[in-house]
Amino acid sequence: MNGLLSTLVDILSEPAILVALIALIGLIAQRKNLSDTMKGTTKTFVGFLVIAAGAGILETALAPFGEMFQEAFNVAGVVPNNEAIVALALNEYGTNTALIMFFGMIVNVLIARFTRYKYIFLTGHHTMYLACMFAVIMAVAGFNTVPLIAAGSVALGIVMTLSPAILQPFMRELTGNDNVALGHFSAVGYAISGLIGKLFKGSKKNSTENINFPQGLGFLRDSTVSIALTMIVMYFIVAIVSGPAFIESELSGGTNYLVFSLIQGGSFAAGVFIILSGVRLVLSEIVPAFKGISTKLVPNAKPALDVPIIYTYAPNAVLMGFFSSFIGGIVSMIIMFISGGTIILPGVVPHFFTGAAAGVLGNATGGFKGAIAGSFVNGIIVSFLPVFLLPVLGDLGFANTTFSDADFAVSGIFFGSLANYAGPIAIVISLIVILVLMAIPFGKKKVNTEEK
Amino acid sequence: MKFLAVCGSGLGTSFMVEMNINQVLEELGVSGIEVSHSDLSSATPGDADVFFLAKDIAEGGEHLGEIVVLDNIIDMDELREKVKKVAEEKNLI
Repeated sequence: MNGLLSTLVDILSEPAILVALIALIGLIAQRKNLSDTMKGTTKTFVGFLVIAAGAGILETALAPFGEMFQEAFNVAGVVPNNEAIVALALNEYGTNTALIMFFGMIVNVLIARFTRYKYIFLTGHHTMYLACMFAVIMAVAGFNTVPLIAAGSVALGIVMTLSPAILQPFMRELTGNDNVALGHFSAVGYAISGLIGKLFKGSKKNSTENINFPQGLGFLRDSTVSIALTMIVMYFIVAIVSGPAFIESELSGGTNYLVFSLIQGGSFAAGVFIILSGVRLVLSEIVPAFKGISTKLVPNAKPALDVPIIYTYAPNAVLMGFFSSFIGGIVSMIIMFISGGTIILPGVVPHFFTGAAAGVLGNATGGFKGAIAGSFVNGIIVSFLPVFLLPVLGDLGFANTTFSDADFAVSGIFFGSLANYAGPIAIVISLIVILVLMAIPFGKKKVNTEEK
Repeated sequence: MKFLAVCGSGLGTSFMVEMNINQVLEELGVSGIEVSHSDLSSATPGDADVFFLAKDIAEGGEHLGEIVVLDNIIDMDELREKVKKVAEEKNLI
């Protein structure tokens, strides 16, 4: 009996098996045929193992960067990248991540079913990444076993609902209807960008789209290319400052320091590429199942979809927003450099995706001035928030990489600080209070201040 | 016959388009088409017969061959019309 029980525990504590079982449940619930069920379950299982393989490559690529940065500037340098931090965290928190993701989706559907907030969050990879972050935060806060899963799932379900909710007024302005919501965990940055755009109401007519913008920067859309190029440039700068002697004796085993940096920067992109392939495999069955089930249970819900859905509304604002946000990131880095302490390096990927969306929404409320100002502030927000997130991530706060989008940081800092000041019980009380506020009609304003 | 939806990171938007294409094909009564999604870096001309991408990344996907550019990625009517056109050209309906 005990043997059987320990075997069962072994099975369920392997996250790859667990997510495969979740996919299997989803496929059976949709009454798929045997062939589809086999295919989907196996793909999900293998996908999770692919993520773990990518994590290994990424860790090897990133570790020397941290050491070089320390040697060059005597402070820690952090490159925010969701894929990187999640892949590293899954080694230890994989099982809890899978369970929090599964139950968090259920909480999201329940909130949509029983409150005024009819948002179904369909951006699966962000759901998974936030589930991972809550698995870490709740463990650091002092939860374990069932309470950890419960607290993490409720927190995830709440953020999955509130993140699209605070953006909906801006989405209505942009799309001209109320059918679709934005599901991307950087909503705080986008909402602030939209509000800043309102300061430039006068120039609303001067849209970014009236400007002739040079094309030919399309290669930045290609995340593999942009990650590789930025990491190589960053590696080169750090390598030149820390000098060949240190690198060739301590890190590269005698290989030329620039060649070594080039390969390391490229390997980082290779790691992310592999992790993304794994994420795609894991989500390929879970997201359609979630969509199908939620459509049945909450027929009048609004789907909250990934951020590129708004890029087609203002392609020029996308590029201007990226540049402006990136400049905000560089300015922030210089401020951190002067004031001392950990430095957050501007990554192309987070600034591209969040800066672009901030630009589109800023343009919708305040024309091209709104786009530039809003996305610049977004760049500052996504640079400074991670600094305050690092301390609540426990050991993961020392990983040279961290979560890159605003809502991760805002919700992480919120729950992490609660635990620091008043222990896990404060988190439980806050979750109950937020749920009660959401259940009351017209309690909207209060909930949003809670979240901030 | 294969269709491939493409977006910048191959995670959310292209996945949504894939699910929507499947829905449209079902409405049209077309079966036997494999629809999947991918990122721009990984997509190669041999991956599919027809590629679907949003207007904002169209310039990065010109090398793929037969591409269908979606002006508004969340507009089901536009997608319905364009998928139907492809299906008619390929004698699937």
